[in-house]
Amino acid sequence: MRDGALADGRAARWILIALAVSFLILFLVLPLLAVFTEALRRGVMAFFTAFDDPDTWAAIELTLLVAAIAVPLNMVFGLSAAWAIAKFEFPGKSLLITLIDLPFSISPVVSGLVYVLLFGAKGLLGPLLDDWDFKVIFAVPGVVLATIFVTFPFIARELIPLMQEQGTSDEEAALTLGASGFQTFVTVTLPNVSWALLYGVLLCNARAMGEFGAVSVVSGHIRGLTNTMPLHVEILYNEYNLVGAFAVASLLAGLALVTLGAKSLLEWRHGDALARVHRH
Amino acid sequence: MAIAIKAEGLSKSFTGTSAVIDLNLEVQPGELLALLGPSGSGKTTFLRLVAGLETPGSGRILFGNEDATSLSVQDRRVGFVFQHYALFRHLTVAENIAYGLRVRPRRERPPAADIRQRVENLLDLVQLPGLGRRYPRQLSGGQRQRVALARALAVEPRVLLLDEPFGALDAKVRRDLRRWLREIHDRTGHTTLFVTHDQEEALELADRVAVFNRGSIEQVGTPDEILDRPATQFVAGFVGEAVRLPVDAKGGWIRLGPHALVTPNDDVSGPAQLFVRPRDLAVADEPSDGIRARVVAVRRTGPARRAELALADGLPTVEIELPVRCSVSKGDLLPVTLSTVRLFTSR
Repeated sequence: MRDGALADGRAARWILIALAVSFLILFLVLPLLAVFTEALRRGVMAFFTAFDDPDTWAAIELTLLVAAIAVPLNMVFGLSAAWAIAKFEFPGKSLLITLIDLPFSISPVVSGLVYVLLFGAKGLLGPLLDDWDFKVIFAVPGVVLATIFVTFPFIARELIPLMQEQGTSDEEAALTLGASGFQTFVTVTLPNVSWALLYGVLLCNARAMGEFGAVSVVSGHIRGLTNTMPLHVEILYNEYNLVGAFAVASLLAGLALVTLGAKSLLEWRHGDALARVHRH
Repeated sequence: MAIAIKAEGLSKSFTGTSAVIDLNLEVQPGELLALLGPSGSGKTTFLRLVAGLETPGSGRILFGNEDATSLSVQDRRVGFVFQHYALFRHLTVAENIAYGLRVRPRRERPPAADIRQRVENLLDLVQLPGLGRRYPRQLSGGQRQRVALARALAVEPRVLLLDEPFGALDAKVRRDLRRWLREIHDRTGHTTLFVTHDQEEALELADRVAVFNRGSIEQVGTPDEILDRPATQFVAGFVGEAVRLPVDAKGGWIRLGPHALVTPNDDVSGPAQLFVRPRDLAVADEPSDGIRARVVAVRRTGPARRAELALADGLPTVEIELPVRCSVSKGDLLPVTLSTVRLFTSR
């Protein structure tokens, strides 16, 4: 076949490959390289002194904290939502599916504004929170809430199609063999979706660390307190501290690359299971 | 004799449509009972009601003398085998079979060595010795279904419930497994219900057959009774590849198009339905004795030959089974006689 029908298209094939590769280089590889070269422009020492700044460390810590709260919570939410949707019939199911997709379809800035309107000083619940002396907006809880909202669909979306395809026979088999509901969930449902769940967690984590829009609205950009890494990059950049900005940016990019690497490794080792997820 | 399973006035409906309507059935201990019917006739729903995987809208299910209606799935101790095996893909064959024993609370769980021994014995029983370390995906469909049966048997179930167990397998494997299942049943003696839409499978394998139609049971009986004395029009039409012919009956005679035939059941009169199966027809010894039927088509089916016959214009064609050496061809006129008359008044 290689010498047959497709041989005539050899020139066309090379042109298409060249187009795709140059597109990749221009729009993905070069910007990524630029981030690292900018960060190292003044030498390795300058790169590391950028991390001497306590505000930078505060931003890194806050980013890790937010991800450490948002990702496990969304794992629980996503798993329960996917389980309910895939294994049971109930009224309002399609509404729930639409709601899960909501954070994907609206702009992150709008999601941030929603929280300001809800929890802000002049917001719906503002006076109540004021009485309790609890700050959500321009404080860490707001950043966490906004991140949870924006990253909510990642895990659920990953699990729903797989769980739907697997159906309920495996669970029913476990029940007839005497397993309790909880045993069934732990020994049958969870292992059946474990790779898809890990994949969803990776994507969710990448987005939780990188989220800018929604977090920007609710954080108030207080240095050392409510700045996450993406927000800190913007502040440094606006102050013309290019090395600092790109140093933090390179750290973010590094995290993204690690996530991508882990994702590719998963796809390579468990391609069949994940392919089933992504057929949709 | 005691009764193993009894359904009393069992009903179940799904969002407005009834799946099972006021169903009564008694299953004898150690019996192999087939639930036969077209798809959507309620046979699988009934099986799931017995297992406790569905809750009935009304009615009762008894296991022996015990009312099992409100028992949970786990407490019913049934062995359930699914059409698509439902093996746990992340566990080995041995772990799959041991699953039901391992999930028991610690004080009811057999020691690990006993479990291992049990798994070995069951693998021997289902003729898969030495395959305990394989994963389900490394087995063929027929092997997977054997593992599923071994897994169901491991928990020593009170009844064995099989939902279209051979439905996903090809014809050859189906036939082998059918014989094998009968052997296992004869050896272990479990009361067994199995759902099928394949009448050949039901009639060959089962002690008794319950024929389902639209959520009710039309007839329960031995394969002989179902085949030779169908109780209702539905059963007569559903089993044995019967063709339904509209006739007029009066005083022991029926009028089939231009032909007149004698019938033993002279209680039927007026418009009626005559059910004709391929084996009911035979070539007449004397050409003048039979109905002269026109051959519409001839086919070879396995060891025999089948001819499609038009008994009269405007009637559905019927089939006749002929020896291979019998040479007829399309367009011939063939004199045939009808050995069995299965007649039901038109409703």
